[in-house]
Amino acid sequence: MTTHPQVIDGLGATPSIGSPRTRVEGEDKVSGKARYAGDVQVERLAHGAVVTATVARGRISGIDDRATLASPGVIGVIDHRNALRLNKETGSPFFGPDGQLQLLQDDRVSHGGQPVALVVAETPEQARAGAELLRVSCVEEPHDIAFGPNHQAVRPALTAFGPDADKGDLEAELAASAVVVDERYMTPAQHACAMEPHTATVWQEGVVLRAIDSNQAPYGVAATLATLFGKPLPEVRVQCEQVGGGFGSKTGVGPQLILATMAAVLLDRPVRVALTREEVFLTTSARPRTDQRVRLGADAGGRLRAIGHEATFEISGKAEFIENCVEIAKTLYAADAIRTRLSVVPLDILPVASVRAPGTAPGSFALESAMDELAERLEMDPLELRRRNEPETGPVSGLPFTSRRFQLCLTEGARRFGWAGRDHRPRRTRQGRLLVGTGMAGTSFLTTAFPSSATITAEPDGTFTVAIAAIDIGTGARTALRAIAADALGVGWDSVHLKIGDSAIGPAWQSGGSLGTTSWGWAIVAAARDLLARLESGPALPVSVTSDTTEEIMSRPHRERHSYSAVFAEVTVDPATGEVRVRRLVGRFAVGRVVNPLMVRSQLTGGMVMGLSIALQEEIVHDEASGRHVNADFADYHFAANADVPFIDADFVDDHEPDDPLGLKGPGEIGTVAVAAAIANAVWHATGKRQRELPIRLDRVIED
Amino acid sequence: MTDATRGAISLQVNGAEHRIDVDNRRTLLDALREDTGHTGPKKGCDFGQCGACTILVDGRRVVSCLTLAVAAQGSEITTVEGLAEKDELRPVQEAFVRLDGLQCGFCTPGQLCSAVGVLAEHAAGWPSAVTADVSPDCPHPPLDADEVRERMSGNLCRCGAYPSIVRAVLDAADERAEVAR
Ligand code: FES
Ligand code: FES
Repeated sequence: MTTHPQVIDGLGATPSIGSPRTRVEGEDKVSGKARYAGDVQVERLAHGAVVTATVARGRISGIDDRATLASPGVIGVIDHRNALRLNKETGSPFFGPDGQLQLLQDDRVSHGGQPVALVVAETPEQARAGAELLRVSCVEEPHDIAFGPNHQAVRPALTAFGPDADKGDLEAELAASAVVVDERYMTPAQHACAMEPHTATVWQEGVVLRAIDSNQAPYGVAATLATLFGKPLPEVRVQCEQVGGGFGSKTGVGPQLILATMAAVLLDRPVRVALTREEVFLTTSARPRTDQRVRLGADAGGRLRAIGHEATFEISGKAEFIENCVEIAKTLYAADAIRTRLSVVPLDILPVASVRAPGTAPGSFALESAMDELAERLEMDPLELRRRNEPETGPVSGLPFTSRRFQLCLTEGARRFGWAGRDHRPRRTRQGRLLVGTGMAGTSFLTTAFPSSATITAEPDGTFTVAIAAIDIGTGARTALRAIAADALGVGWDSVHLKIGDSAIGPAWQSGGSLGTTSWGWAIVAAARDLLARLESGPALPVSVTSDTTEEIMSRPHRERHSYSAVFAEVTVDPATGEVRVRRLVGRFAVGRVVNPLMVRSQLTGGMVMGLSIALQEEIVHDEASGRHVNADFADYHFAANADVPFIDADFVDDHEPDDPLGLKGPGEIGTVAVAAAIANAVWHATGKRQRELPIRLDRVIED
Repeated sequence: MTDATRGAISLQVNGAEHRIDVDNRRTLLDALREDTGHTGPKKGCDFGQCGACTILVDGRRVVSCLTLAVAAQGSEITTVEGLAEKDELRPVQEAFVRLDGLQCGFCTPGQLCSAVGVLAEHAAGWPSAVTADVSPDCPHPPLDADEVRERMSGNLCRCGAYPSIVRAVLDAADERAEVAR
């Protein structure tokens, strides 16, 4: 058993950054006092139940709501005939207008499970009963959900995250290579499955639309909601105290909030829409399926000459997205030629979006599996292969790295795992009926910060109130930001009050992209600096200062800024049943300076647990005939339960990001990356059979 | 107001009696959350598949989303709000905080009720699927990590806090063993 982390319970310790303090809201969370969006009591609250389409494509030809409206307690039915009209241009700065937001706007059905009506009633049971009585007739049209890189509609993806790489002559370098790998890897659609189903409670207060909503971005969600409903931003306020996980699925305006808003306005009642678990699967975005080809060429000594990474992923015809599977291929290893391509296939599916470590999770599975295959063909230690291809500068960009600690992660991880002395040939270890194998993989993960604003008030009693429209979805942000503020102000922990989770505070980045703490922390540092300067003249208190980091962040030089990790796995395989069990997982992470080691370790560990699930369990299954998602519950969509998870050793290596005022990088997602490849490589080492398609299901492993 | 679809019932929650009028279809989870003001238990699936709604009914673990409120009359119900003893966190609650056995906290009320149930079940000598020897004369095996993982597997945690949940339950079990000595 690993030793317990050292914990400081005492208050007032300075400095606060680096102290493994327990969660500020920990006691509330263990005593049932923490308030999530569905826990708030509101007078005259009505409840909405969603009705979803049963066809994957078609036109609504009629809605018969007579029985519903006659059902006890039903207050109203909202569908495309009476819904509020929404602004069609609403979307994201990266991907443009988002058709997923356009709920109940017309009679079109463009994916199975699309919301087609909301039934509002006095109680949740009455709303559900009324929804079951609603007769929605559809004229079904042929749908297309058949994904593949040779689909006739395949086209290049957007390039908002950078152009394709075209360094050197890939074909020539491959032809000149002593050893070549050219393989295809496939990953399924996966769902975030945050434990808290998306829930919104909305009411009107004069002209102001008030919402308590489970999301990862109170300010961003309020701004988008305002645009969507054509309201000025000051007339929209979105709040949430606690959010039960997000993993990407709550970054935008969710269907719960759009539907609850329509109902609250049209019926002039406070309305709550709590998605059911099935509706969370059917109406909130998944990670797309990917189909990837990786080509690697190396000389006999293991020096890479060529990296080719072509990835195709599915999107919906309603909204663009970039699943940037090729990000790592552009930056992790040196090679004479690097060529990446990113393509999309538009299908009749729910729009796809970010799920923890978008792009890098499926992308690293392909690239790092291929690296293992290259090591096999070179008869080389896969760790050594990764040592021999360390770039001096960005392999494609040519830009300098700020803080590149990949080799340190490899070294420390290998030492902790006991990698030295491994027999690199497959199928060498048997324990009873089990085959045993080990594997490793590494990754980089882009880090930066996005503009945010923070307000700090020096109070007459000598304390400071820090307000920022941040949110804590389980990351520990509330605890981390308070530590950052205390240090930035040069005061003890007790002297800081922190206000988050309210869009009215002002513009701030989301809890997403592993960039919450870097973005918010920077804004707090800026506001503390400006406030301390202001206090020098001895003004009357209270005094408030608001600072915005847009200029500072935008004026940073272009450089390669990444977190790094190395992950090592030991698995057992039962060839008779195909069951893969993970015995050990070791991860070493370079994630910049660590604000709170207790919480960052938890986040990295949790990320690795999700990586384990992705490797072995997770898979959205669609029925080709109906186009419907058929495993939309936890009995059929599996992710790791407690007994699937070994003790995980996740730790950090010494790191500091010079382009961040606090030296931070983001630890939120990197834990999830590289785990699937490490496990797949370990399964190969155990069995001698490559696993190029996730998840590594029993039927893909079982032997005759 | 009582008609064919509603009924007046009485629930004993954390030692207090609640007389409520409920829709007969109302689950115990919804009755606790909407009628008696106990929003600690969480609705992660409403299908008996996640464990977020786990409470103790007469000391035993129950998924309250699969229990009808009308069927819980006459039972002693304990929710996460009732685990603390006289405002003092129980050792297992304290261990969850100290060892960070939670992240978003949404599964935590269920994990904690489950943990309290697990400790009691183990103390009563109940075996689990990973208990090596279940013969009646076998000495009572100690609670180890594998036992805790198995017995806590009805409570999903998407944040992946499992390793520290296991540590926290073992920590509480150790503490209890010390008190017993
Ligand atoms: S809510 Fe009861 S088991 Fe999930
Ligand atoms: S702590 Fe978030 S689901 Fe368990």
